[in-house]
Amino acid sequence: MSTSYLIKNAAILGGEPTDLLLQDGTIQQIAPGLAADDAVEVIDATGLVALPGLVDLHTHLREPGREDAETVDSGTQAAALGGFTAVFAMANTEPVADTAGVVEQVWRLGREAGHCDVYPIGAVTVGLQGERLAELGAMADSAARVRVFSDDGKCVHDPVLMRRALEYVKAFDGVVAQHAQEPRLTEGAQMNEGELSGRLGLAGWPAVAEEAIIARDVLLAEHVGSRLHVCHLSTAGSVEIVRWAKAKGVDVTAEACPHHLLLTDELAATYDPIYKVNPPLRSAADVEAVRAGLADGTIDIVATDHAPHPHEDKDCEWAAAAFGMLGLETALSIVQQTMVDPGLLDWAGVAERMSYAPARIGRVADHGRPIEVGAPANVVLYDPGATRTVDPSESASLSRNTPYRGMELPGRVVATFLRGKATVLDGKLA
Amino acid sequence: MPAHPYEESVPLSRVVLDAGDITRALTRISHEILERNKGADDLVLLGIPSRGVPLARRIAERIASVEGHDVPVGSLDITMYRDDLRLKPARALLPTEIPPGGIDGKVVVLVDDVLFSGRTIRAALDALGDIGRPTAVRLAVLVDRGHRELPIRADFVGKNLPTSLVERVKVRLLGVDDVDAVTIEGFGPQEGAR
Amino acid sequence: MKRHLLSAADLSRDDAELVLATADEMRSLADRPIKKLPALRGRTVVNLFFEDSTRTRISFEAAAKRLSADVINFSAKGSSLSKGESLKDTALTLEAMGADAVVVRHGASGAPHLLAHSGWVRSSVVNAGDGTHEHPTQALLDAFTMWKHLGESKPGGLEGRRIAIVGDVLHSRVARSNALLLRTLGAEVTLVAPPTLLPVGIEGWPVETSYDLDGVLPKADAVMMLRVQRERMHGGFFPTAREYSRRYGLDGKRMAMLQDHTIVMHPGPMVRGMEITADVADSDRSVIVEQVTNGVAVRMAVLYLLLGGSEPAVGGEE
Repeated sequence: MSTSYLIKNAAILGGEPTDLLLQDGTIQQIAPGLAADDAVEVIDATGLVALPGLVDLHTHLREPGREDAETVDSGTQAAALGGFTAVFAMANTEPVADTAGVVEQVWRLGREAGHCDVYPIGAVTVGLQGERLAELGAMADSAARVRVFSDDGKCVHDPVLMRRALEYVKAFDGVVAQHAQEPRLTEGAQMNEGELSGRLGLAGWPAVAEEAIIARDVLLAEHVGSRLHVCHLSTAGSVEIVRWAKAKGVDVTAEACPHHLLLTDELAATYDPIYKVNPPLRSAADVEAVRAGLADGTIDIVATDHAPHPHEDKDCEWAAAAFGMLGLETALSIVQQTMVDPGLLDWAGVAERMSYAPARIGRVADHGRPIEVGAPANVVLYDPGATRTVDPSESASLSRNTPYRGMELPGRVVATFLRGKATVLDGKLA
Repeated sequence: MPAHPYEESVPLSRVVLDAGDITRALTRISHEILERNKGADDLVLLGIPSRGVPLARRIAERIASVEGHDVPVGSLDITMYRDDLRLKPARALLPTEIPPGGIDGKVVVLVDDVLFSGRTIRAALDALGDIGRPTAVRLAVLVDRGHRELPIRADFVGKNLPTSLVERVKVRLLGVDDVDAVTIEGFGPQEGAR
Repeated sequence: MKRHLLSAADLSRDDAELVLATADEMRSLADRPIKKLPALRGRTVVNLFFEDSTRTRISFEAAAKRLSADVINFSAKGSSLSKGESLKDTALTLEAMGADAVVVRHGASGAPHLLAHSGWVRSSVVNAGDGTHEHPTQALLDAFTMWKHLGESKPGGLEGRRIAIVGDVLHSRVARSNALLLRTLGAEVTLVAPPTLLPVGIEGWPVETSYDLDGVLPKADAVMMLRVQRERMHGGFFPTAREYSRRYGLDGKRMAMLQDHTIVMHPGPMVRGMEITADVADSDRSVIVEQVTNGVAVRMAVLYLLLGGSEPAVGGEE
């Protein structure tokens, strides 16, 4: 099997077509008209955009515990097919990733699977219970070298505990990724609170429940001089708060999910739980604000919040269904449709939001590097001119809960390279 | 498609009973009912909506003018008793009004505009059975056009009207329509260029 | 094809008035010696109740039986959300039994919608109350009761009539369905509640809202009191039951503010002394018992119009 690739006529970040030679795990040459020798496999990338390997700061791989929904192996296959070379695996597994043992297990499973690098996220509190800190230092010192900590799925709502977590992770340059959801304001909540929730009789999930926590947390982060990352920001008010905090110099970063860039709460009127997600789909005005925030850099990154669920957890009444939707294999297409095609972001912007910045926030050195000679050969070739109709049965994920079923989306990942090795070729797992 | 030279047919309409004919027919029926019943005692007239109802009222008026006292008159909707209920979209119900004295032990005269297959009357007999037990049930119709599909016949007939199955008999009555008339509408050959 | 009745919004004005007129005919059945019509002979109606509601179930059962349908009562209380037998498996069972209509009561908003659109069953689905969403047949029987009293039983009879719906609008499926249906029928609806019990975004509903019951009562042609559960107090929606009653309860003193023709309604079950006092509930203005009677006639009309013919005459699009 070939370990060297000569990529012909790829447009790096959408620029002038050129050739790339990937050899020995790094990018060896970049120049037009590179000659092929017999030892390299040539890939015609005419019409394709070359992007740095994407990095997802927010993935649920479900292993250990819910291997019926996803495994590290299946989830990382989906990631590779989506153009990702690194994913951060959320801590809400069973058992919870709140010890060095569990994070090392996930890290090892990722290495064995080999489809993309897996960086475990450690839980902030023991068992995600929000009562006392997990052994953050032990996880940081483990083989998994955890730098991102999150109780995602649950909010670290106790202000004292959140303050302590923000302070404590400074010792190893960690970051707390907050799932901003005030629990009392969202008891039993099912969908975005607005006229529609009232009409549908689904308990409302007010924007303020997210915004109040973000506002508190940026003030805490400023007070203790810590890094804060805001997960899946979904409302116009949240964008405003983060914009204000950044202007004040608070060390805060924020992420938006593809579904919050495209879908709105109107979809809840179908009562189809495929559209049930946490935080909920919001109004069209919120979607506009999140897009604008992502465009102007208020929102630093796109993260998928890829949340696989088995069929029976979505094939039921809305209130009984699980929160979450798949995202890895469609993320880049959604970003193209909502940000690139309307002119809100160019491909360099996409590289920043989906590769450089998430790697920076997660403190990963080998990913999120510009495509230049000498960099690790983490590259994705993407055809923005292609279109495809989403067929859930084609997903590499073990789950089928994509909200984009039957939708025609632009773009297609043609090839993904992880340290010079093809994980995806011709749009298929290599 | 018919390859017939007269395929371009036009609807034809001809009046078979005019207002005067209808009035005379109803008067005659009224007298026949009285004669058959030996007076108006225990009579109840039930019109089958929609056009059986004004006919029943007009017969009741004539009987009252002859006998000098009112005859109970009401309406009997047969929609839910139809044997073709499931063949068409659910139909709106029409009023059923049973006179206060009920129909038990009475002679019920069902009144309808046209007697055709007999299926409507079959349904009406079923409907009556759920309402009470009359001594006898009689049937009065303005027009009997034949083509019975059930063993049913009318006791009182305004006019026997032999028709073809492709023709339609249309009854219009004052109170429901703007005119008293019975017409036959059918399709005949086009008579040259007119 | 129109097959289901999931929301009061499924009904056009013509549909709704057809239901009312049909119910009027059905009501006369109560005066006949044989209280049965053959219209649904051979049809099977399943009452699928995931929540206890004896009165609604009995009303549908009586309606179906008076139309000669076969009735199967399926009580699946607590079996869905608690991860016992799922709604899907229950639905597939019913489908296998050949139900022509499923009357479903469920604690989760949208469950009837899911049943109708999932492909699990081919039958008509009638929403008999879902979560805090809708209860369209209750709205129809309420509208029918108003139409008999205020609308001279004529088409357009509720046009311009002023209806006050008072109480826990936030959690009330009855209020939602009534607001939609009464608007369709041309009535002017005012929802009266403390601000905590009105949904966010209610400005977008085709209704007026008020926090002041005393300001609304003198103009109302009908006053519908909604049940207020004492548990809401613990949710902090109002401070005490006593304060609620004082501000939003209908008592004799407030009843005296009503116009002579104004009727008082309640979908039941009542919490006497909370939202309505006994003297009001038992007064001449109260049509609460009549609402129950009309419930059977209205449900007969709905079942007949959905199942009586080759295809339904009213209801939502497939």
